[in-house]
Amino acid sequence: MKRMVVALVVTLALAFVLLLTGAMLELGPVAIDLRAPVAAHLAQSGVSHPVTAVLLNYRGYDTLLEIAVLLLALLAILAVVGDTAATRPMASHPVLQMLARLATPLMIVVAIYLLWAGAFRPGGAFQAGAVLAAAAVLLHLVGLLPGWSTPGLRLRIGLVAGFALFLAVATGLLMHGTLLQYPPAAAGVLILLIEAGLTVSLALILAGLFLFLAREEAA
Amino acid sequence: MSTGFVFALTGAALFALGVAGVVLIGHLLRRILAFNLMGSGTYLVLVGLAQRHDVPDPVPQAMVLTGIVVAVAATALALALVRKLHALTGQVELPDDANG
Amino acid sequence: MTLAFDLLVALSLLWCGWHTLATPRLDRAIVLFITFGLLMTLVWARLSAPDIGLAEAAIGAGLTGALLFDAYGVLRRRSAGP
Repeated sequence: MKRMVVALVVTLALAFVLLLTGAMLELGPVAIDLRAPVAAHLAQSGVSHPVTAVLLNYRGYDTLLEIAVLLLALLAILAVVGDTAATRPMASHPVLQMLARLATPLMIVVAIYLLWAGAFRPGGAFQAGAVLAAAAVLLHLVGLLPGWSTPGLRLRIGLVAGFALFLAVATGLLMHGTLLQYPPAAAGVLILLIEAGLTVSLALILAGLFLFLAREEAA
Repeated sequence: MSTGFVFALTGAALFALGVAGVVLIGHLLRRILAFNLMGSGTYLVLVGLAQRHDVPDPVPQAMVLTGIVVAVAATALALALVRKLHALTGQVELPDDANG
Repeated sequence: MTLAFDLLVALSLLWCGWHTLATPRLDRAIVLFITFGLLMTLVWARLSAPDIGLAEAAIGAGLTGALLFDAYGVLRRRSAGP
């Protein structure tokens, strides 16, 4: 019985790949091409990198919902884990700790650069937040940062700040027109402001995905 | 055959591999690995098909960026649930349905 | 020439993906998954998508790999304990 199920699933998977390959080979020229409108309005969008413009201007609503989903996932993880006591960091080799101490300021500088550069070249809030979260995980792994227990007030404010800031900007714009329709003169500043909030929150959320779970098991 | 096309085909194969893995594998941690393979396959199809004539397209790239970040959050939540299951029952596989 | 490189990376991707799911040792599977993430970063560079490449390297390979290893360590420690 089990063998029949395995054979059936494998056959279906192979058939799926073959059918999809056949369908892909028959595609003609691209039907919906959004490159031209993206490039046409790039001057008014506030940034000069098309991917950042799509993420934070043309499809800004998707990014707003994305940060909300991340916050929800973190809340779900906190609910699964439950209440925990504070922990002590794991001790590690002093050479590793020295390397981590040297690397962390560099990672912070790289993150701030990526945040700033997202307006003109590849980069942006997500990459910057990911680098900061990686720095936090690195510090935890060498024993310089303890695992996180139930978040205190400052951590909670930091976690929610990105989403709250984005929502505040969106609501403010809603009162003057459509949702998330930046006035072209202020679009660059607003996008940088939103991205800064997103970077801080994203770094804390991504680091929290790891650090709220990484605790010393009771001996 | 353009770059986008090669990787779109690879993405389709990875997606099928991931789905077969999620369905057939019992161990929950491996199932999470297969789920991430499915996600990577989807990203490749999204960007590869849109760029099959080798011109970069920013809209599917932005969508994939969103997808990667949401997928890591989903993976973290799934791992937290697996750890809780293991702490409560000692198993890393979901119990089979009762026969009958 | 570039087609040969693309095919090589695509085949490595499929090989890595298959062995992630098929290898009997779980820690080897996680290492192969991190390798898969780094190969995906190469793919994004080939597809002229450097933003996705940056995010995939940091989040897809780095953070997901750290999460998986942490979970694997906890599961192993608990089953080897009392």
